[in-house]
Amino acid sequence: MTSETWPAKASLETLEQRAQLLKTIRQFFDTQKFIEVETPLLSRDTVIDQYLDPIAVTLPNDPRHPQQGKNYWLQTSPEFCMKRLLASGADAIYQICKAFRAGETGRLHNPEFTMVEWYRTGDDMHAGMELLSELADLTLKRGLAQKLTYQNAFLKYADVDPHEITGPQLMQRLIEMNIDIPASITVEDHDGLLDLLLVEKVQPHLGTHCPVILYNYPATQAALAQVRGTNPAVAQRFELYVKGIELANGYCELLDPALLQERNQKTNQLRINDGKPPLPEASHLLEAMQHGLPACAGVALGLDRLAMLAIDKQSIDEVLAFPIDRA
Amino acid sequence: MQYNTSDFRKGLKVQINGEPYLITEFNFVKPGKGSALYKCKLKNMIRGNTLDRTYRGGESLEAADVEETDCQFLYKQGDMFVFMDNETFDQYELSADKVGDAWKYLTDGMKCIMTLFNENPMTVAPPNHVVLKVEYCEPGAKGDTATNVNKPAKVDTGAEILVPIFVNIGDNIRVDTRTGDYVERVKVK
Repeated sequence: MTSETWPAKASLETLEQRAQLLKTIRQFFDTQKFIEVETPLLSRDTVIDQYLDPIAVTLPNDPRHPQQGKNYWLQTSPEFCMKRLLASGADAIYQICKAFRAGETGRLHNPEFTMVEWYRTGDDMHAGMELLSELADLTLKRGLAQKLTYQNAFLKYADVDPHEITGPQLMQRLIEMNIDIPASITVEDHDGLLDLLLVEKVQPHLGTHCPVILYNYPATQAALAQVRGTNPAVAQRFELYVKGIELANGYCELLDPALLQERNQKTNQLRINDGKPPLPEASHLLEAMQHGLPACAGVALGLDRLAMLAIDKQSIDEVLAFPIDRA
Repeated sequence: MQYNTSDFRKGLKVQINGEPYLITEFNFVKPGKGSALYKCKLKNMIRGNTLDRTYRGGESLEAADVEETDCQFLYKQGDMFVFMDNETFDQYELSADKVGDAWKYLTDGMKCIMTLFNENPMTVAPPNHVVLKVEYCEPGAKGDTATNVNKPAKVDTGAEILVPIFVNIGDNIRVDTRTGDYVERVKVK
């Protein structure tokens, strides 16, 4: 077989810059007294998310029947195992590892990518945002992050209050703005409509000058973040944007195992409605949280996108030695 | 056949409202924890207009059965142009609006490429270069070989082509059908 896909996609110069970036990140966490950890990429557990699709791997019992055996999941992020380390007594940990997500290929996506993820006990959402801001400043040299609530960002760039607007009003607003609405998004899918507005009208403005951290997400988009307050209740979740590109996602982490179970059930029902298989709700993380997860904040950052921005490239393929079409 | 969003890519031919479209640009975006969005630019393969459409993971589009076949132009009958498939000898009639500008270059027996959508002829493309005979033009001054001055010439298909001043009635000229431009004079055996 001959093909044009054997050579490296990224230039060697780029790979050297990428290596330098990794060193800078490790030094940063070392200075902050974080311990670098390694956790399994193959696990019996997986994060349950409506739109994250993990890749299933079979560990064969008998090598003559490689298709039969125990089912494991390639991790979509090292979140579960890292939280189990916190519940086991760790204080401040970081990890740089591969993560896998089925069906994600594009200018900013590769099904196998590198994640930088960290957790520190005692941090609330603001401490978590502060640390992320410092790392962004150090690696991108575009200054510290400006912090903007999800609500203010939508008011500013789309003239919409995301917590007040109803589904039909939101749909109307999108139509007025000439945004093409996929047929499968209905007025009941409030978060789907907000996501569309975010992509089309809000995100392009985020981080054009200095990095921007969006925070206080709608409670329905909490994932594994704590929800606080009333009128409206908001998720203690934050995301870093630079040049309109989403770079990192962080939480003031959910600690209550009963809430985890409740959210898992809800999310699995949404997956089933979408025709996707439900994911296992019993997990080591649930047990760890029942034992007691200390209060903490955690962040996951896409290293490939960070490298792309730091090295001034247009797609993550250009900072990967072998993107999926060459893998 | 249906294409799922995961099959979407540049160059895919799909149907929207019963018309064939070509995906000319394709972008995968995924907001935060949200659903994957597939942002497409699509070109109507009949009318040429473009659409911006966003699809969500799990949606699908009907594939457009678009195929190209070698054929030859037989003759024009009223407003209809009649072609024959060179392999199956099937005959196709195309109306003037489907033939579009191609009528300017069609001479009897000319080999063309016919595009069929769901087995119906949709468009026809003449070869990139054709030779046409000049039936009428104003005479050019003898010895005038200036190439930067053009004049209209009526050719054997009935079309008008801009030609250099030195071209005369009875000359055979090569024309680029993609641009409609005169290329050169040719000698026909």
